[in-house]
Amino acid sequence: MSAPLFKFGLFGDEASLLVAFAIGIGFGFALERAGFGSAKKLTGQFYLTDMTVFKVMFTAIVTAGLGAFYLGWLGVLDLSLVYMTPTYLAPQIVGGLLLGIGFVVGGYCPGTSVVAMATGRIDGLVVVLGLFAGMFVFGEIFPAIEGFYHSTAFGAQSLPGVLHLPYGVVLFAVVLMAIGGFAGAEWVERWSARRTAEEAS
Amino acid sequence: MTTATDVARIEAPPAPRVVSKTRERSQAKPAAAFANPYLAGIGLGLVLLAAFVVMGRGLGASGAFSAFVAWTVDGVAPAHAEGNGFYQSYLAYGNPLKGWLVFEVLGMVVGGLVSGLLAGRVRPVVEKGPRIGTGSRLGLAFLGGLFMAAGAKLARGCTSGQALTGGALLNAGSWAFMLAVFAGAYGVAWFVRRQWR
Repeated sequence: MSAPLFKFGLFGDEASLLVAFAIGIGFGFALERAGFGSAKKLTGQFYLTDMTVFKVMFTAIVTAGLGAFYLGWLGVLDLSLVYMTPTYLAPQIVGGLLLGIGFVVGGYCPGTSVVAMATGRIDGLVVVLGLFAGMFVFGEIFPAIEGFYHSTAFGAQSLPGVLHLPYGVVLFAVVLMAIGGFAGAEWVERWSARRTAEEAS
Repeated sequence: MTTATDVARIEAPPAPRVVSKTRERSQAKPAAAFANPYLAGIGLGLVLLAAFVVMGRGLGASGAFSAFVAWTVDGVAPAHAEGNGFYQSYLAYGNPLKGWLVFEVLGMVVGGLVSGLLAGRVRPVVEKGPRIGTGSRLGLAFLGGLFMAAGAKLARGCTSGQALTGGALLNAGSWAFMLAVFAGAYGVAWFVRRQWR
């Protein structure tokens, strides 16, 4: 075991910020390559005209999930040292609904709005400004919603733990689900294109 | 005499081609096609895997925004920030601007810009459908940002920190979050369809 490198003390806090910057470059680059600097491309997902969001997201989840699993199995990466956000079920579901609504209303999610802004999208810049304003509003009302914010706390919970199944089995199911989803996404895009062509004629 | 006209005839054709080329270049250079989504997904997944292996954590975005807001409130009204548990969660460990996600998001700006420049996709534009005005589109963009800020903070992360990172780590709460994001977006898509189509 020698990874996560940071947790094994290979470099300190200051250097970790350089790592953050470098990883951010890769992150921003990958999102822009995928077309996620474009609100029209992103929101196509929610009108079933362009399923790129699903395809990119689940390919990334499967790639990183399998990578982490095999590196753990080879003894290179100690997965238990990779930070797992604790589960607060009710606020996470309400937060997810709010984020989804904001996504289709604003046209970007927080990360993609940064990439949109960087490539000159003025609507992306305005989403970024809205995010800053929203953080301030949230901070100001935080004392009033603190109870809900901390409610339904379950600690760090993994799907294998909740389902009482081995890690590899759940990961394999996710891979199968993704492959089925990709086939479905391709079919939906063809169906959508046919329907648009019929409407036009 | 004949050689002169021959030269003129020979030299004439290339000229318009040069003109049309410069015109194309001075106008918007045609943007390159987006990457194959599965290849882009593998690239994104490898960046996420690098974050796991090097840092022992995943990617994020919304945390940088809240860190900046906490820093601003602390600068303007330190007493107010001290009495607020939300701002304190960012201020308790030193300067929030020296946070990991702040530097990661600065990197995202650079990475996104470089990719956009390489593909000829960087230009000032408001993305919208033909049936909505620019002002309305920008108003909705701001509103979307407000909603997402609240959503990301309640959920302890956004599409990057929860859905993507937690999705790959098989985090149960992240998967619940991810389903809720898609439910929320599909649920209201119809009402804002004129914004896009």
